[in-house]
Amino acid sequence: MPKGSDTMTEGKVLKWLKKEGEQVTSGDVLVEIETDKVDMEVESMASGVLRKVLVQPGETVPVGQTLAVIAKPDEDISSLVSANGGAAAQKAPVERKEPAPVEPAQPAAAAPAPQPATPAPAGGRIFASPLARRMAQEAGLDLAVIQGSGPGGRIIRRDVESATAAGVPMRAPGPQLVPQGPEYRDEPLSQMRKTIAQRLSQSLGPVPHFYLTIDVDIKKARELRESANKLNPELKLTYNDIIVKACAVALTQHPDVNASFMGNAIRYHNRINVGIAVAIEGGGLITPVIRDCNRKTLQQISAESKDLIARARARKLKPEEYSGGTFSVSNLGMMGIVEFSAVINPPEGAILAVGSVQELPVVENGQIAIGYRCRMTLSCDHRVVDGATGARFLQSLQQILENPILMAL
Amino acid sequence: MAVIAFREALNQAMREEMQRDERVFLMGEEVGAYNGAYKVSKGLLDEFGPKRVLDTPIAELGFTGLGVGAAMAGLRPIVEMMTFNFSLLALDQIVNSAAKMLYMSGGQIGVPMVVRGPGGAGHQLAAQHSQALEAWFCHVPGLKVVTPATPADAKGLLKSSIRDNNTVIFIESEVLYGLKGEVPEGEYTIPLGIADVKRPGNDVTLIAHAKMVHVALQAAEELEKEGIDAEVIDPRTLRPLDTETILQSIRKTNRAVVIEEGWPFCGIGAQIVDTIQYNAFDYLDAPILRVTGADVPMPYAKPLEHLCLPDKGRVIDAVHRVTYKN
Repeated sequence: MPKGSDTMTEGKVLKWLKKEGEQVTSGDVLVEIETDKVDMEVESMASGVLRKVLVQPGETVPVGQTLAVIAKPDEDISSLVSANGGAAAQKAPVERKEPAPVEPAQPAAAAPAPQPATPAPAGGRIFASPLARRMAQEAGLDLAVIQGSGPGGRIIRRDVESATAAGVPMRAPGPQLVPQGPEYRDEPLSQMRKTIAQRLSQSLGPVPHFYLTIDVDIKKARELRESANKLNPELKLTYNDIIVKACAVALTQHPDVNASFMGNAIRYHNRINVGIAVAIEGGGLITPVIRDCNRKTLQQISAESKDLIARARARKLKPEEYSGGTFSVSNLGMMGIVEFSAVINPPEGAILAVGSVQELPVVENGQIAIGYRCRMTLSCDHRVVDGATGARFLQSLQQILENPILMAL
Repeated sequence: MAVIAFREALNQAMREEMQRDERVFLMGEEVGAYNGAYKVSKGLLDEFGPKRVLDTPIAELGFTGLGVGAAMAGLRPIVEMMTFNFSLLALDQIVNSAAKMLYMSGGQIGVPMVVRGPGGAGHQLAAQHSQALEAWFCHVPGLKVVTPATPADAKGLLKSSIRDNNTVIFIESEVLYGLKGEVPEGEYTIPLGIADVKRPGNDVTLIAHAKMVHVALQAAEELEKEGIDAEVIDPRTLRPLDTETILQSIRKTNRAVVIEEGWPFCGIGAQIVDTIQYNAFDYLDAPILRVTGADVPMPYAKPLEHLCLPDKGRVIDAVHRVTYKN
């Protein structure tokens, strides 16, 4: 059972796409699983014959558990089948990412007491060469999403290189943006920063939130949206798309908001990856991430956002599509909510909660006029972002939304 | 540049240094009248006379002790071991006197002595006469250890060793004495403690000294046909070790195989691997592998002797493993 996300501890087998006895080539889609976040397809890491399926559809097993045995047609797999993910599996081409053989599922014909051979701690470590670890860290890649081709599944240089070359999968139209340079910069905490972090966490919990609210005159953004959609009805630009882009522009002006608290350093992200909170029907929430929003056009953001939202609702996102965010936007305006405060998605440093666009009587040049206002609340992690920092960011955001031309400059 | 044999290069180095500095003298078994067991000292007795080229009795501890005393008194002895297997008899003088005198005298009395001779396996010399003992000497603070692999290195390094104010253990090889190569004439020295990149490459670093340099180069040639570009580094001086040249290579290739003729346990390679893992951990893409002599006394039988010594096949296998080709 591969680890599909940082928080995944177990997974459910939904469907086997290969039958026992069928030939399997490395890269073939083997099985569909359900993680805590999405349904995902798992590719085979080995070639051979699918000799034995150990976990049946509907069964839930811990991460690391052996799902099936792929071997040569005549290879003796009896010990593998009985150990069911034990030490013998180390040498055999078995679907496994981490050695965590916990509570082996009982195959139909197996003896009642399967021996738990050399159990590793649950959520066991990922094997990677020191170089591969360093390269992945520098590239901001999560080792959990890289498949190792070395002995025992060790992730080695060539695996990181091919993962980097493949780039972050993007489904939006437009050119693939390959960011240059490091993904972030870590700045060690000053003593004052340390004290602020410590005192506020003590007072407010591990992520000490505070909230800043601002009213934005949304009239020009509204005009922008209407005229863009009139020119190209296919576009279906939303307020949210405009707000995401405006946040990206504001974040480039205030990089200290595009940051994470890392315990002994503050990580300033060099990429601006905006997560958008999506409610899933039947309950639940997921935050797909639009990467490099500062470099994408409104049109690209809009297209990508639509695709991600649709697939998020269908629970078809890949792990890399809902990880790696550096800032989030949560919008309940369409539900008539005037204002609210959102909970930060750690380790991000802030999240923007967007209320509905309201038609209001406003005072303009001494006259009562019809105005359009949208109320936005920024939740900040006080360990990273101070009040004035957050306020300046909101001011910029307001200025950008009130003068949308700034998004094009 | 003249093409000469390894033994002639050593001969030139001693001759030139004896001409240059009258404090330099040579002693050992059969070095004079017989011109040396391997003819390395050919003609030196005729040129410099019996006061500076001394035939000694078969008494390694005794004449090495004479060397230590002479060096303390201001001379610069070259003590030849007929083979380094016999240096075991002289270890007390080398380890307890030569290596420590400068330290124990508070820096007042050094022992500028060269102990030289062939080490490693010859041809069917069996258990007692086939040993590569450089690790023994490398273990001792106060000694320098030099292991040349080519005629040019032999000359340049021996001249520097004779001029060095410390005791230098200079280990040659019986099977390299006939090896020919270009050697610069006249004044030509190579500083101790500087490694040589014998072959530049990008994919894997092979680190080898003495005759294993040639095994590494043969392996590199084969590997080139498969598209693996190996870099071969010859430390030349094992102590002090040129760590930086090795690390520079590892940072480029991310993988290494260390080759030595001696036994594996506590061998030269163990030290080199430690140096690499400590200084370049984050650059490694694979565990460093070692190719060494077998962990047994050398058998007399020829096929078994061959099996005990590192060869290019074993080096190539190790390279395949560290480059994940297989």
